[in-house]
Amino acid sequence: MIAPLLRRLGQTLLVLFGVSVLVFAVFFATPGADPTARIAGRNASPQIMEKVRLEYGFDRALPVQYATMMKKLFITRDLASYADRGELVVPQILQAAPVTACLVCGAAFIWVGASIIMGTLAAAMKDTWVDRTLMMAGLVGISIPVFWLGQVANLVTQSRYHDTWLFSWVPGLGYVPFSEDPGGWFRALVIPWVVLAVMFIGIYSRVLRADLVALAGEDFMRTARAKGLSPTRVMLRHGLRTALVTFVSLFGLDFAQLVGGGALLTEVVFGLPGVGRLTYRALTNLDLPVIMATVMYSAIFVVVANAVVDMVYLLLDPRVRDAR
Amino acid sequence: MPADPVPLLDVRDLCVSVPANGSMIRLVENVSFCVNEAEIVGLVGESGSGKSVTAMALMGLIDSPGVQVSGSARFRGQELVGMAPRALRNLRGGDIAMIFQDPMTAFTPVYTIGWQIDEQIRAHERLSRRAARARTVQLLAEMGVPDPARTAQRYPHQLSGGLRQRAMIAMALSCNPTLLIADEPTTALDVTVQAQILDLLRGLRHSHGSSVLLITHDMGVVAQTCSRTLVLYSGRMAESGPTATLFARPAHPYTAALLDSIPPLYGTRPHRLPAIAGVPPTPQERPAGCAFGPRCAYVHATCLPAPPPLASIGAGQQAACVLPTEGKPLPPRATAQAMQP
Repeated sequence: MIAPLLRRLGQTLLVLFGVSVLVFAVFFATPGADPTARIAGRNASPQIMEKVRLEYGFDRALPVQYATMMKKLFITRDLASYADRGELVVPQILQAAPVTACLVCGAAFIWVGASIIMGTLAAAMKDTWVDRTLMMAGLVGISIPVFWLGQVANLVTQSRYHDTWLFSWVPGLGYVPFSEDPGGWFRALVIPWVVLAVMFIGIYSRVLRADLVALAGEDFMRTARAKGLSPTRVMLRHGLRTALVTFVSLFGLDFAQLVGGGALLTEVVFGLPGVGRLTYRALTNLDLPVIMATVMYSAIFVVVANAVVDMVYLLLDPRVRDAR
Repeated sequence: MPADPVPLLDVRDLCVSVPANGSMIRLVENVSFCVNEAEIVGLVGESGSGKSVTAMALMGLIDSPGVQVSGSARFRGQELVGMAPRALRNLRGGDIAMIFQDPMTAFTPVYTIGWQIDEQIRAHERLSRRAARARTVQLLAEMGVPDPARTAQRYPHQLSGGLRQRAMIAMALSCNPTLLIADEPTTALDVTVQAQILDLLRGLRHSHGSSVLLITHDMGVVAQTCSRTLVLYSGRMAESGPTATLFARPAHPYTAALLDSIPPLYGTRPHRLPAIAGVPPTPQERPAGCAFGPRCAYVHATCLPAPPPLASIGAGQQAACVLPTEGKPLPPRATAQAMQP
């Protein structure tokens, strides 16, 4: 059990190195554009250009440039944004990351719970009105764009019906740190959580239902019924438990992608200062160091989350445990 | 046939129909048989002849939408057809247990073998985990599983096919069933393991007092194992009777053809093994008369208007064929003695 974990860890490190090289190459080693000008931003003076060139070693060999960049990102953490008057990039990201993490974890909690309940219920009551209603609701959830849903939620809770008893508790847009006011933190995040979760609830419940329905034809499900187990137990202990293997791999990818900045639209709509909104601002300003750092951050997250999923896989599926 | 007053399982006119294209198609039609205490009965037929469907219908395991089961199946006097799901669930895995064809896929892959056997025991009896595991290990040992305590902690994919089938039988026997339905228990196994598993099944009569309904398409397995045999063709009964009689003097041309298509163990081998020409009809296209008619060498006018009724031939043997009643029975088989060494 330990050996496959270590092997997976080694692979993860290797992939991370590859990702960092690729990101560096895309931003600084693409021919035809001077990286100095890109870092320095629009309308930079020749003095600043010279300073940047020296600081990042753009007059030296590529490996040195790569090493300098990685040093600035991970060791000295003094990668600065020239477009934003020398603001340091890494602390910005470290500040934004918890906001995104809170948003995504809460949403994940909701979407995993809701989709397991919906998917299992729909599979158990296959071809009844319950199944059809739930799956239709799921389809609607998938089809609604998150920014639209967010805007409508804002419209309803912030302005139109804010003064009714139903939504008077909703605070203004923005984020309240958990350490300052847990209640305020929850109130500020609960609507973004639900809005972000809606699409995933749709996808996950449909996938889970399809999985469970397919599993119902499996021999081992027939065995479980022939053992005289109750339908609920057959569904949950044998069906759902086996279906979770697929569920987890899907979840790992989506979760990582969101924590890495994929919740950009939700963050922008609700004014949450997370990684997504940071990327969004950097894109509008063409703030190259920030863009690169967020891309790097998000890539790291996807890779790490994948490694975590693989390890959870080892726990969930004994067949995988022995395969390596 | 030993005339027991009340057989363990008494199936009368069992029919299973499923809806297709607006009409009901009968997968199994008027199947009747009984299984006595501590008896092994064989249910034989080609693929699609309704063997498995019959067994699944008895267990209430058919869950395709709109399926209709009619007729009667009395287990110790209790009617199984139309029994309340909860009561049927108590019987399933308890008094009636089932072994499936493919031990490779019949266990849930994410739990250990022991966990799955414990689960069945605890579903039927109030036992602590520890006591259930003790019984599991003992059962595995009885089934000839080496190092049963460690095997119980292994996952299905870590065991060989033979071991998995033994574990499957151990699981089926875990609540001392009086009737064991074995659906092609040896088809997925190689021949030596097959022989061991059949030995095991034969031994159950004495060790556990269980009756076995053995579903198979292998006449050799039937000859070795079953005291009585039921031959199904296209969802209908073709013939039934004591195995020895059936093998020596088959009354239905289908039974005779099945027996002829087995290579003889002794004597000269035929240059070409006789095969039954054609394929069995699908339930939708079953002819009005005898279902075997289109493939039968003896087919004539009386076979065509309606399916021939089951006629008693004597000594517990019955056949759904017009030949014996018309006074033109099939000749006894020359190889009959050689079949049972």
